[in-house]
Amino acid sequence: MSTALQNLVNQPYKHGFVTDIETEAVPKGLSEDVIRLISKKKNEPEWLLEFRLSAYRHWLTMEEPSWANVSYPKIDFQDIIYFAQPKSKKQLASMDEVDPELRRTFEKLGVPLHEQKLMTGVAVDVIFDSVSVTTTYKAKLAEVGIIFCSFSEAVHQYPELVRQYLGSVVPSGDNFYAALNSAVFTDGSFCFIPKGTKCPMDLSTYFRINTEGSGQFERTLIIAEEGASVCYLEGCTAPQFDTNQLHAAVVELVALDNADIKYSTVQNWYAGDENGKGGIFNFVTKRGLCKGVNSKISWTQVETGSAITWKYPSCVLLGDNSIGEFYSVALTNHLQQADTGTKMIHVGKNTRSKIISKGISAGRSSNCYRGQVKVGSRATGARNYSQCDSMLIGDRCEASTFPTIDVQNTSATIEHEASTSKIGEDQMFFFAQRGIDSEEAISMIINGFCKDVFVHLPMEFAVEATKLLGLKLEGSVG
Amino acid sequence: MINQGSKVLLDVKNLKASVDGVEILKGVDLTVHAGEVHAIMGVNGSGKSTFSKVLAGHPDYSVTGGSASFAGKELFALEPEERARAGLFLAFQYPVEIPGVSNSALLRMAYNTLQNERGLEELDPLEFEDLMQEKIKVVEMDPSFLGRSVNEGFSGGEKKRNEILQMAVLEPKLAILDETDSGLDIDALRIVANGVNSLLTPDNAVVMVTHYQRLLNYIVPDYVHVMSGGRIVKTGGKELALELEERGYDWLRAAA
Repeated sequence: MSTALQNLVNQPYKHGFVTDIETEAVPKGLSEDVIRLISKKKNEPEWLLEFRLSAYRHWLTMEEPSWANVSYPKIDFQDIIYFAQPKSKKQLASMDEVDPELRRTFEKLGVPLHEQKLMTGVAVDVIFDSVSVTTTYKAKLAEVGIIFCSFSEAVHQYPELVRQYLGSVVPSGDNFYAALNSAVFTDGSFCFIPKGTKCPMDLSTYFRINTEGSGQFERTLIIAEEGASVCYLEGCTAPQFDTNQLHAAVVELVALDNADIKYSTVQNWYAGDENGKGGIFNFVTKRGLCKGVNSKISWTQVETGSAITWKYPSCVLLGDNSIGEFYSVALTNHLQQADTGTKMIHVGKNTRSKIISKGISAGRSSNCYRGQVKVGSRATGARNYSQCDSMLIGDRCEASTFPTIDVQNTSATIEHEASTSKIGEDQMFFFAQRGIDSEEAISMIINGFCKDVFVHLPMEFAVEATKLLGLKLEGSVG
Repeated sequence: MINQGSKVLLDVKNLKASVDGVEILKGVDLTVHAGEVHAIMGVNGSGKSTFSKVLAGHPDYSVTGGSASFAGKELFALEPEERARAGLFLAFQYPVEIPGVSNSALLRMAYNTLQNERGLEELDPLEFEDLMQEKIKVVEMDPSFLGRSVNEGFSGGEKKRNEILQMAVLEPKLAILDETDSGLDIDALRIVANGVNSLLTPDNAVVMVTHYQRLLNYIVPDYVHVMSGGRIVKTGGKELALELEERGYDWLRAAA
């Protein structure tokens, strides 16, 4: 490998800094007492504490899943801080009162908290460790009846809505990590788009884990009522620590009749170093329920970070004629492991789903697509199209695909396409021989490979994603 | 012998190169003037392909001795992409597939890189499209090839034509055709050869690496060189190729 390439390989993770800010954390470990303490700190109603405790009791009876194509040392769940928050004496009245250190952190990450400095037309909820720091453009959204706030705030301000929908898509005992999240979740974003409202701007949550040894367990709940539509973006980073950190989030989406939710993620949690030390364990449950007729939920994800990713954003297509979509780019480098994909559960008639998955493996990483398309007996006329492409960069990485198709209705149409390609030294030499340097070559290859997914990202995200992938891959060829 | 007065494009002296510590080129000398067509022939393993890859700067090969100047520059001091931008073009023996990157995107990127190098304006996609409509005629290619991923799903002949298309767009000073004739049927060979001939000018030059005399019926060389054991052991005019066709290579190997 040439020196220029060598230098590029060793590109440091630029979000790896730690903010020196006083945090308040509950002691490590998990018990009913810790859960009661979290609930009390957050001044929660009794029903929410009950929700947590019943999830915890269920969790105690569950086994950590072992079917994923990933390996990691056993997690000691008693060695995790379940609640950490920046110390703040009073309720913040405006953005200007946000701790300057915290504000600098987000500015460094390219997420300015001042509304006037924000990219036009994006409202941001910022989650730092376990709590929501600030939500921008709240007032403006409220004018059209849209609620966009932190989860804790929603619990107090809109308890009926939260109670109605919390756990309605991902039940508290759904799986090991969802149960854990249900027991200890600390904050997250809440979003409610009332009947007939098109959200006038993109909504966005920015997640940041800061405290070493803490886990992040956020919960996002998005409800789009009849005829409503919203476009939601999520970004994540974390500092560089030698220890692994657990991120077990739950995202629930509900789309009623004719509603449309588009959820995009660019995940860049710290991935560990080139020897696989440190990094985030990203064990996330994301599911959308197309509850109403003609509703549509679309997931777009660009997964580049985390030591381990275990994530299957799914759609339950309950309403007749509802549509589920999943567009994914998952990139692994060094010793990263990703087991990611989707589930499309067709329940209603004439439901349609589309899956486009692009996996890029480099270094010694392992990248796995796991998907399930299920057509129930009543889902007459259901259709699915799946396309899973893998790209291998170098010769020490791994790509696998595990598609499952389960059809119980003879009128269903299911298509599955898959391909594997390899980018090696010969391709890079070819580009060089045509006068194109390696950076541009990689960016061309990646853009070309991922374009079917990138077109579904909002503009700024697409630009960011392209740069991020290029940065992550530079030097991994040759 | 017709271009003695013209500019020297490539001057290789006593070039030695190895791969994985094994010396393949053991002292190659070659001088190419503008306006000339050279053919390098020889049996498998004689070092012909290695020679072309070493000139282009393939990372698997290391130069262990000798020198080469190209268009007045010290060739081995340049990175592969710098050699390309200086006007050295290699038509690959086995063109690689680049999934997801369209032929026209690749060509435009390469073309605009050169335009920058020459201090000229880049072409936007529409202007480039016009240029391409002209260039694809050189290799009688269907315009649909421009929208397809580079070489993906192309037949052997289509891949080779695609190489010549790239040559037509980039207009190199020196084009090295590494066994461009291998795997071509007679029609494709004619198309490729016509393409190359149409690109020849008094200011550029072509070096063809080939096993067979067949190609030389279409692209007539000024010089024929025979490589054996990592050296050029004989140089002659186009009639040498015919002699080789008749007598084989053994008599030259003995001479080496």
